[in-house]
Amino acid sequence: MSYLGHVLVHLRKDLQLEWRSRDSVNGMLFFALLVVVVFSLAFDPTAAMSRQIAGGILWLALLFASTTALNQAWTREQRNRVLEAQRMAPAPPSALFLGKALSNLLFVAIVEVVLAPLFAVFYNLHAVGQGWLMAAVLPLGTWALVCNGTFFAALGLRTRNRELLLPLVLFPISIPALLGMMQATTAILTGAFEPGPWIRLLIGYNIAFTAACLLLFDTVLNAE
Amino acid sequence: MPDGAPIDRTAQDTAEPAAAQLESASKLFGDFAALRKVSLRFEAGSSTVILGDNGAGKSTLLRLIAGLIVPSRGTVLTFGEEPRSQRWRIAYMSHEPMLYDELSGLENLRYFASLQNTDSGEKGCSCTATSEKALRAVGLDPALGRPVGHYSQGMRQRASLARVLQADPELLLLDEPFSNLDVESSRRMVELLRDFRTWPLQGTSTQHSRTIILTTHQAHLAEPLANATVTMRAGAVLSITGEGVHPSA
Repeated sequence: MSYLGHVLVHLRKDLQLEWRSRDSVNGMLFFALLVVVVFSLAFDPTAAMSRQIAGGILWLALLFASTTALNQAWTREQRNRVLEAQRMAPAPPSALFLGKALSNLLFVAIVEVVLAPLFAVFYNLHAVGQGWLMAAVLPLGTWALVCNGTFFAALGLRTRNRELLLPLVLFPISIPALLGMMQATTAILTGAFEPGPWIRLLIGYNIAFTAACLLLFDTVLNAE
Repeated sequence: MPDGAPIDRTAQDTAEPAAAQLESASKLFGDFAALRKVSLRFEAGSSTVILGDNGAGKSTLLRLIAGLIVPSRGTVLTFGEEPRSQRWRIAYMSHEPMLYDELSGLENLRYFASLQNTDSGEKGCSCTATSEKALRAVGLDPALGRPVGHYSQGMRQRASLARVLQADPELLLLDEPFSNLDVESSRRMVELLRDFRTWPLQGTSTQHSRTIILTTHQAHLAEPLANATVTMRAGAVLSITGEGVHPSA
């Protein structure tokens, strides 16, 4: 079986597990909705102000929500010591990582699809800039969150306080990506400045961190 | 020096590497020594039962051979190589099922069979088609759609055995395989393992049969399977009896 075949096998398995338990998507969805509603009550913004702050609120809601799901992603592998069976298998370990990161990407994407219209209603939003560019910013930003999140969740597997460790490590390392996603989104919503440089920052960030995660995952998986 | 059977040095001099070999292997967890300078050579084709009380180091020994942990001191080799490079020849069954609770037995087995298939030629087995056979061999119905999380402990244990058997391993490591089984089920498992040792090895030039290393508290159950017994206490080898296992040089 090819490398891509192994990635798809892992992805299919994770989708099957989520379909049967619905732990990750349900938890993320309710958490993200709560954050959006609470912020809308706290600020009561005008339409112009909404466009200024919406980028930040959207991505923070997704960051907080995805953190809850990312912790669970590896807990399933630890139950019944399944992870040891994974470690014993001859299939490439990075395929396991990539399959899991892709499944997390899909789960967060589902949340985004539900969240986006509600977000537009709550904050009375419409894009003044190039709205179609959100089709690039959303997947790029989401991948930046889930790729690093999946990796650092695996890094914390053997620690006692892994739920705490993940945000402590993930949030600081995601700052350049968060800045890129928030600024690009704000640029698209307000039309006040060009989103291009921020999108390029996201692309560069994703290439660098995806490569690092793929190269280092074998070490993380087999660390004692 | 452990007592027991005389050491067969001629076997060590042959070109065929041992299925597993430990040289002064120690494993420390913090200050606790789970394994102390263990030197053992498990010949290919041997079937060994490792006995010992809780904390004797049996599971640590198996996990070292499986490559799941590395020795703090000394060396561990499987088929003359570092264990992780030989994963395609080794299967490990823990006393936990190592299966996903949400998937059925067949779904679990098919998933793990896919992970055995690699692009690297002889490294890996073409065992995807054998998942149903493996389930039948352990007495489980492949058509059973119930998730493994709803299985009884005994059924989970048997599904776990099916998972390792379908990998077609040359070296099978079993950690307390009878722990959740009644006497009759244990007896059937021993029969199946005896049969497994006679299965022809695919894609290998070696002439020997398969190697089994098994840990248990219930020596009488494993007796028909074993041609060697290693007794451990407090992380050290106390005695070796039978054929196929020797103190390493």
